[in-house]
Amino acid sequence: MTATTAKNLIDQPYKYGFVTDVESDTIPKGLNEDVIRMISAKKNEPEFMLDFRLKAYRQWQKMNEPNWFHASYSPIDYQDISYYSAPKNNDSEKKQSLDEVDPALLETFEKLGLPLSEQKRLSNVAVDAVFDSVSIATTFKEKLAKEGVIFCSISEALQEYPEIVKKYLGSVVPVGDNFFAALNSAVFTDGSFVYVPKGVTCPMELSTYFRINSGETGQFERTLIVAEDSSHVSYLEGCTAPMYDTNQLHAAVVELVALDDAEIKYSTTQNWFAGDENGKGGIYNFVTKRGKCQGKNSKISWTQVETGSAITLKYPSCVLVGDNSVGEFYSIALTNNMQQADTGTKMVHIGKNTRSKIISKGISAGNSTNSYRGLVKMGPKAHGARNYSQCDSMLIGDNAEANTFPYIQVDNDTTKVEHEASTSKIGEDQLFYFAQRGISEEDAVSMMVSGFCQEVFNQLPMEFASEADKLLSLKLENSVG
Amino acid sequence: MIRENSNVILSVRNLTAEVEGTPILNGVNLEVKAGEIHAIMGRNGSGKSTLSKVLAGHPDYKVTEGEIIFQGENILEMEPDERSLKGMFLAFQYPLEIPGVSTLDFLRVAYNSQRKQQGLEEMDAFDFEDLVEEKLELVKMDPSFLERSLNEGFSGGEKKRNEILQMALLEPALGILDETDSGLDIDALKIVANGVNQLAKPDNATVMITHYQRILNYVEPDYVHVMRDGRIVTSGGKELAQELEERGYEWIEEEAVSEVSAQ
Repeated sequence: MTATTAKNLIDQPYKYGFVTDVESDTIPKGLNEDVIRMISAKKNEPEFMLDFRLKAYRQWQKMNEPNWFHASYSPIDYQDISYYSAPKNNDSEKKQSLDEVDPALLETFEKLGLPLSEQKRLSNVAVDAVFDSVSIATTFKEKLAKEGVIFCSISEALQEYPEIVKKYLGSVVPVGDNFFAALNSAVFTDGSFVYVPKGVTCPMELSTYFRINSGETGQFERTLIVAEDSSHVSYLEGCTAPMYDTNQLHAAVVELVALDDAEIKYSTTQNWFAGDENGKGGIYNFVTKRGKCQGKNSKISWTQVETGSAITLKYPSCVLVGDNSVGEFYSIALTNNMQQADTGTKMVHIGKNTRSKIISKGISAGNSTNSYRGLVKMGPKAHGARNYSQCDSMLIGDNAEANTFPYIQVDNDTTKVEHEASTSKIGEDQLFYFAQRGISEEDAVSMMVSGFCQEVFNQLPMEFASEADKLLSLKLENSVG
Repeated sequence: MIRENSNVILSVRNLTAEVEGTPILNGVNLEVKAGEIHAIMGRNGSGKSTLSKVLAGHPDYKVTEGEIIFQGENILEMEPDERSLKGMFLAFQYPLEIPGVSTLDFLRVAYNSQRKQQGLEEMDAFDFEDLVEEKLELVKMDPSFLERSLNEGFSGGEKKRNEILQMALLEPALGILDETDSGLDIDALKIVANGVNQLAKPDNATVMITHYQRILNYVEPDYVHVMRDGRIVTSGGKELAQELEERGYEWIEEEAVSEVSAQ
């Protein structure tokens, strides 16, 4: 591979880096209690919501930004961010029909390969599209309503189903849980809400597509999924953003609640803008995701394919409260160029015979840093609980870094914790072997990476697995050089 | 088999190469014609394995002088995959273990890369599986190997047989076997040797790099070359290998030294 072709391919532009020209209602930069009151008023929220936000804000003010992770970035000026931006033609009232949505927005989602229009939308996947801070369209609502499944924006849920939101919001991630979660709790503007009633298996995949468009807006979305007794739901989330040379903050909170015998599967394909090859720009993805297996025999499964963002700090976790409940975490985290990722999971075993499984695949290329950080905690009452963790790292080239930081805390001696780790490499010798059989470098890398990730791909819904596979290959083209 | 009018497949002229600034080939000359089997012998560090890697274009080695004419074309500027697609095959001394990539997928992608190069349509997975199973016979490998990750957890002998299987599929104009015999027990050696014999045709050629004469009892070379200090110091027929077996490398080295000092 010559240096020039390698460079050309690495420099392939980020495909989703376009900006949509829509008029936005953006509030001035800065954060104080008045801003929070303004956000809450704009959204016509019930009183309890404003209290929730203010409580979070007051706690956030007393907290320090964390610095324990294996990544570094220049300080964020929280007064230099605008905390609310909504496309102007999309009033805070939800549109009744897609015909009323600004065509420029629909076109944006069309460009992202995500047609929202009735005729062309993905078959059997209901989509909620979030643009900057506001949910613009949710598809398949009626069909879902027939089964009693509620799938809408969280703003809408606060108007229509305030009691459910009040009961569960903050029940998994309390307002003062951590710095970024507290910030989110104070200022979040929208996100998705899912409620699956007792005994119902959601008839289709639910999907939210997050798009950051404005340059200086933080995106703070909030997702809440509640699965009642014996219900099942599978939820997917996708993310893209335009290219700006300043960093944008994305601090989301996702809460999942699974009651007795319920099952929630949450999958993410994250492709935020990662910054350029010199590390300029890109998204800071500081997200709190946590699921609570509240009921007995419940199950929560996280699957993530993380390919974007300049910096990712993300630990989708399971709190296994109900006896015999199950938590799973399947992850692929790919970093290239100057990206930094510190990601993993926490499995907190509280109930009896709780089980958890962690499969983490980290791929580091270029000058990137990729760290797995995971906590397995066996509480004093977690009799017979078991965990299995497998953390595999793959290094591509000679300048990338991979780390594994497993933390294991056991307070009950009837539990069992297993941890396996491996490191492999795609280097000159592996590529030479493939080349000697007439296989190009691109094909070789893509075969090795796909093989490495197969276990996790198997967890994704079919159509998304092949998308994810292609996404990884695209991200790695000629990263070996 | 030596035939006067055969085409020249490989012609190496005054080839010198270095690795990280250290000279390691010091003027190799070698001509290989269609239908011929050559053996290159020598002690460890004589440069014989290096020669195979330089021929195949390993990026660690820098050619400083000379030419490699393969199938009538100087291939020095060609990438390793281009050389492979032109018909050069290297059976690795230490085949790499590639977790997650099944042997069958690897073989199919390699085979189809070659078909694409020849302007042929790719072969579908079903037809390909039939083809591979036919070739498995040759190296007496069980079809269950195909589902396993490439070379992962294979024994030394299995890895080497897998290399010969790949050669059988790709049918190269030139097969270079880098110490394919090393570390094999006698049964595996016979299987590998039998594979090599069956694959040798009047229109292709084989270069066997080996430390020991043992494999030459099963694969009869037309020419034997002895390398020392990065060059071929003696060439002869198969009787040379026999002599090496009996007398060791030293007498050749002594002769070579006196030859060089006489010049």
